[in-house]
Amino acid sequence: MAAFLLNLGLPGWLAWSITALVSAVLILNIIAGGALVFIWAERKIAARIQDRLGPTRTGGRFGWLQSLADGIKLLAKEDLMPEGADGVLFRIAPYVSFCASFCAFLALPFAFDVVAQRLNVGVFFVIAVLGLEVFGVILAGYASASKWSLFGAMREAAQVVSYEVPLGMCVVVPVMLAGSMDLVTIGEKQAGWFTNWYLFHDPFTFVVFWVYFTCAVASVNRAPFDLAEAESELVAGFHTEYSGLRWSFFFMAEYGSMFLVSALAAILFLGGWNGPVPVATLVGLSDGSGETAHYLARLIGIANLLGKATLGVLVMMWVRWTLPRLRIDQVMTTCLKYCTPIAAAMFAGAMLWTLAFPGGIGAVRSAAVGRRPSGEVREGWLGDTGIGGPAAGRVSASATVPAGESIAVGGTR
Amino acid sequence: MGESFHAAAGPALLAVWPISEPVSVAHYMAVGAVMFVAGVVCMAVKRNALGVLMGIELVLNGANINFVALSSPYLRGLGDPGGGLGLDGQVTALFVILLAAAEAAVALAITLNFYNNHATVDVDRGEDLKG
Amino acid sequence: MSLLPLGALVPLAAINWHTLFFLLFALLACGFAVAVVASTNVVRMALHLVFSLAATAGLFFLAGAEFVGAMQLMIYVGGTLVLLVFGVMLTARAPFVSLATPARDRLLGGVAGLGLLALLVWAVVGVEAWSLPAMGTVAEPSATPLGMALLGVRVDGGPGHGRAGYLLPFEIVSVHLLVVLVGAAYLARAKRRRTPRSLDAVASADPVESVAVTPPGAAVARPAPGGSRSALVASTVNDGGGR
Repeated sequence: MAAFLLNLGLPGWLAWSITALVSAVLILNIIAGGALVFIWAERKIAARIQDRLGPTRTGGRFGWLQSLADGIKLLAKEDLMPEGADGVLFRIAPYVSFCASFCAFLALPFAFDVVAQRLNVGVFFVIAVLGLEVFGVILAGYASASKWSLFGAMREAAQVVSYEVPLGMCVVVPVMLAGSMDLVTIGEKQAGWFTNWYLFHDPFTFVVFWVYFTCAVASVNRAPFDLAEAESELVAGFHTEYSGLRWSFFFMAEYGSMFLVSALAAILFLGGWNGPVPVATLVGLSDGSGETAHYLARLIGIANLLGKATLGVLVMMWVRWTLPRLRIDQVMTTCLKYCTPIAAAMFAGAMLWTLAFPGGIGAVRSAAVGRRPSGEVREGWLGDTGIGGPAAGRVSASATVPAGESIAVGGTR
Repeated sequence: MGESFHAAAGPALLAVWPISEPVSVAHYMAVGAVMFVAGVVCMAVKRNALGVLMGIELVLNGANINFVALSSPYLRGLGDPGGGLGLDGQVTALFVILLAAAEAAVALAITLNFYNNHATVDVDRGEDLKG
Repeated sequence: MSLLPLGALVPLAAINWHTLFFLLFALLACGFAVAVVASTNVVRMALHLVFSLAATAGLFFLAGAEFVGAMQLMIYVGGTLVLLVFGVMLTARAPFVSLATPARDRLLGGVAGLGLLALLVWAVVGVEAWSLPAMGTVAEPSATPLGMALLGVRVDGGPGHGRAGYLLPFEIVSVHLLVVLVGAAYLARAKRRRTPRSLDAVASADPVESVAVTPPGAAVARPAPGGSRSALVASTVNDGGGR
């Protein structure tokens, strides 16, 4: 897009600024619009699971304007602040939360190269920034001058920091398989039929996906791990004292994070923007066949990713209205005694599996992998240094998965 | 470009200079120096044990900025590709981050212990061993 | 060529983005670092530290050390500082939230700090090679060579070819972290208290034990002075560990 604007004759700084602005606004729209849709969906799903109807009146038969009406109501609400609250911290806490959620979107690709900022350490960046969301919650809990808020914040702090351990360990598995932390590369490595998805790569990755999803639900603080806002014990937890617009910022951050971890799950394990059937490739929509085909393929990719991420969010809602909330000690037990050891064992298992079957079991993963050179891992390092034999073998075995394959690719570059 | 840059890189290093000029390692290291000094003053002046701990974090970060700046491929001081610290600086920065995490965990445990025993976090009150 | 004469109108055309963002992050990092020193409220200090270190991560990204920057965000800001804030909240009872430093000490610290800063900046500016402008080359991604260096294989180019790998330090650090984990857990465990706290009356007018045994419903009905909420947390944590 920047190139397009530069072609129009705009000066460089303006072109780049406009590009950045457009990306930022698009991401904001995805978070805000997504929150509207997901809140409506959550109400409908909750209602159906509890054998109710949910919103039915606002905006037609299915009440699909309900969240918009709610949003207007929230805007019009008085912005209250408790008397003993720490004013500055209380005010900025929702924005800290929201900013963290927003920043994590910056490195999230929506289709091949449809990403605000392609980062070499993308997956790491997303996880890291998502972890910062907890600061908003802690600040809110502290600044509210309310016992309930403080308890919620303490729980959240303990929970999020603990769950980052198994979450990180799960994320390492696809990173190891793809040999890169670049989300675009990871997604592109799974191109082709759905058998190329890392979910079906080997039995260990299949287990890791479910561990990842559990930890992701916990790290975005959703039921059954929503101890920070356990309404049966803590009124509303960390956002007890919030109302109006600030409260809705917390909610946008929560739904944004839900969408984000689902999208991350889709990219890491479910093939990202590659559908179960490579429709675009089958009908010949490749970059080579012109501009229109290029954009159509991207559009299909975006639809795929949004669909998968939405599916993940819907599953989270399903889980929320199905399972009872855990106690705080059970939450910690789940993390430290189950998720972490399972993730560690599966990580070791996946590593050994790739050593045993360097080419992967699916022979299907062939043409798709080498299709786009730009998405390849930078294994050319090995070729450049002239480190031969045992050293190269050792490194490639432990660092990348289709070991022989990626080394060969790197050598040719 | 060169002479105006050197004029700017003098005492007014962090003051306004033309933003069309490229930065150098020295600029990064000046930021590191500010953080380092802030950390040292924090350690010396704060009475709250956690404040002292925060000072330590600032000092470590100031040092880290120097390591990263000297290893940066953009900023290599001598101009040739092999100048500066190369990858070693980044690895050292990583180790510093890891050790800072370890240090914070232990220091926090000590602080909480101190708090349990003395019901305060004022380091001036920790004078049990005074002769 | 240019359709719009904006480039001529706005003197921003020659802007150096690296410099601009460097200025932004540097000001944030330094400003919040100074704010950590200047503020007396320990919660504010923690918040300023968070912002300062996050801005430092931005500087790392800017300098081309993406992996170190992400690591800084994840471990430092997301892990260490959450731990620190946790400690602040556990100990933030009203008397300790703001521990004022005597003015004499502050003055002394400020003067010594300014002297040290002047010395450091003078040293930094004094080295000619460090003041050479950036080359502006596009950096190679450093995550892969970094990981390989940690595994003991150096793949980065340049004259540092024969440099040693970091496998042994890496292993030492991992064992070190394990030891620290065990040691911190051992240190921080709540011991059973035999004698009542001698300093309780001095430290807080709010009797901790009465809060701990009061059911939550009653606790919320009481007028809660500023110190009691943290006292409640502190006592609960102690009880939880002693169980």
